[in-house]
Amino acid sequence: MIEGIDITHILIVSTCMFFIGVYGFLVRRNLITILMATELILNAVSINFVVLNKFIYPDVLQGYMFSVFIIAIAAAEAAVAIAIIINVYRRYRTINVENVHDMKY
Amino acid sequence: MDFTYTLAIIGLPFITFLILGLLHNKLSHKLAGIIGSSSLGISFILSCITAYFYFFKYGKIDGAYQKIEAFNITWLQLTDQLHIDMGILLDPISVMMLMVVTTVSLMVHIYSTGYMHGETGFNRFFAFLSLFSFSMLGLVVATNLFQMYIFWELVGVSSFLLIGYYYEKPSAVAASKKAFITTRFADLGFLIGILLLSFYTGTFDFFELTKTNGHELAMTMPAGTSFLGLSIVSWALILIFMGGAGKSAMFPLHIWLPDAMEGPTPVSALIHAATMVVAGVYLVARLFPVYVLEAPDALTVVMWVGAFSALFAAIIACTQFDIKRVLAFSTMSQIGYMMLALGVSHYGDHEGLGFMASMFHLTTHAMFKALLFLGAGSIIHAVHSNSMLDMGGLKKYMPITFITFGIAWLAICGFPGLSGFFSKDEILAAAYHHNKVVFYIAVLVAGLTAFYMSRLFFSIFFGKTQHYHHTPHESPASMTIPLIILAIFATFAGYIPFHDLITSDGRPFEAHIDWAIAIPVTLLAFGGMALAFAFYFKPSTMPDKIAASLKGVYTTIYRKFYIDEVYLFVTQKILFNIVSQSIAWFDRHIIDATMDGFATVTNYASESIKELQSGQIQKYGFVFISGVFVFAFILIYVFVY
Repeated sequence: MIEGIDITHILIVSTCMFFIGVYGFLVRRNLITILMATELILNAVSINFVVLNKFIYPDVLQGYMFSVFIIAIAAAEAAVAIAIIINVYRRYRTINVENVHDMKY
Repeated sequence: MDFTYTLAIIGLPFITFLILGLLHNKLSHKLAGIIGSSSLGISFILSCITAYFYFFKYGKIDGAYQKIEAFNITWLQLTDQLHIDMGILLDPISVMMLMVVTTVSLMVHIYSTGYMHGETGFNRFFAFLSLFSFSMLGLVVATNLFQMYIFWELVGVSSFLLIGYYYEKPSAVAASKKAFITTRFADLGFLIGILLLSFYTGTFDFFELTKTNGHELAMTMPAGTSFLGLSIVSWALILIFMGGAGKSAMFPLHIWLPDAMEGPTPVSALIHAATMVVAGVYLVARLFPVYVLEAPDALTVVMWVGAFSALFAAIIACTQFDIKRVLAFSTMSQIGYMMLALGVSHYGDHEGLGFMASMFHLTTHAMFKALLFLGAGSIIHAVHSNSMLDMGGLKKYMPITFITFGIAWLAICGFPGLSGFFSKDEILAAAYHHNKVVFYIAVLVAGLTAFYMSRLFFSIFFGKTQHYHHTPHESPASMTIPLIILAIFATFAGYIPFHDLITSDGRPFEAHIDWAIAIPVTLLAFGGMALAFAFYFKPSTMPDKIAASLKGVYTTIYRKFYIDEVYLFVTQKILFNIVSQSIAWFDRHIIDATMDGFATVTNYASESIKELQSGQIQKYGFVFISGVFVFAFILIYVFVY
């Protein structure tokens, strides 16, 4: 248990992080920012796993393991996403998603 | 006796067709000619063997010729009873037809190697000839109505292909279309007839249909049922005869035959004189027991159609100038004769004289008419024209053609001792005993035949010697040899004892020349020949004067009684303009418009909603998350409150 900090507070923080991520994902037009927003979502989920594991099922480890996986996947995803973004930039000289519409319709 | 080898008679031409058709641009012309002719030669020899074994060894049981099933497989089993077979049926008429078809076909094959020499489509021509021979042979040996119908259509197709052989010529294309559509239209009647007959009898099989012990067939037909005063079996047989009339160019379905002369002349000799056009006669003869025993009314129709066509065509033939067309009308007239003979026949013994006479005339006619056509081809080959106005005095240039054509001319006129005399006399004798009106029509036709054939003969070989661009010369040996062989047949075919071999019930009977009829008719024929001699042997203005004095009548006959114009009027003005136009309007404006309407609505709808699929994942995400919120609120509302 973390002294003075209730599970509710931590969940409020992670929920805020999640919706900030969702908001950023929806409204931003810059690919890098969108990627960052995605990271926020992932991290919020990761926090949830850790916190719920610690507060509700203290004697198992699945939640921790999941968050480790999520961190690993987030790293891989960031690498792939940045590679795509670089290619998009080379092709279009922009990373604004609204200008990248060759595969529309 | 196993007759399975007869399969080869039909199979060989088909294989030849495949070889020539598939390799037509690989084979040299010479090789193609040899392959085509030799396979037909083998078929001919096999037919001779079959005929020998059938007629003289194994065909006769208890004094009557039996139907022999040489080969049969069930092709389509429709119900337990009703099945469509493919097989080979041997009986006197089919064996006779095998002989006629292979003989004429072989002669035409040999002749064509000379006649078609140097043509670019030489191999195609031989492939089609083989296809035709295959189809025709398949038709004559059919064991059931449906097999006959299939091969019937196949001969129609090969006829279409061969008439349209010179497909660069618009007239040939039009003629081939006309022939195909007219006969196809007639075959509609044939098909309906087959369906009617098989619906009530439950069989297509000739063995079953032509059983003559008792009136079994009539029992299965709904006896009281009639339509317009004729029983169903009569209607079925009249409709079947309609198919036969179309193929055999009987009035009023004859319009295609004169135009079919656009095809190469050997084709006219083979298909439009000797074999395919007599398929209608053969069909009636094949179903003869049914006609005569179950539906005498239908047989009366056959008789009148035949008699009328014979007279009608003979009158037209007197005015035509295109030698092939004269021969075409003559063919039509002679086929009318055969139909008439079938029409006046009864069943069995001497009463079946008409049947025998018809088959007899079919054979002799095949020989001398093929000879006439091949002779005409030889003349056209030399003169490069079809019109008898461009001919005259050819006697000294083409001696072999002159003599052989002369024999055929005498044979068709009924000169005593030649084949036509015997067969024509039998027909007249049969007509005399049955129906006097038909008899006098037939006598008149015999006189007319003698006149127009003599007119043709004298105009070509005597009359005014034309100035030719280059001197006509006798045709090569490949063309004259078939002429000579056919001339021999045309002379001696009359001595075949048909009354011993081919009779309505398979039993031989005594028949002899009826001199009381033969002598007057022969004198009439001589009269016709003498008249033609007076008009055409020396250049004379008499025919023109007579034609001028009968202007209206002459023009009407020359224009073939305007039958073509009537057909054109009915099809173009009535069918095309009124019926087809309105249907076309309905198709374009109602059916097409409905379909176009569907397309337009779909297109409009998709145009308006395609913006939704922007490809922007953020917009999708927005929609998705909005949805999640909406559902979340609903769920919260439902569960919490």
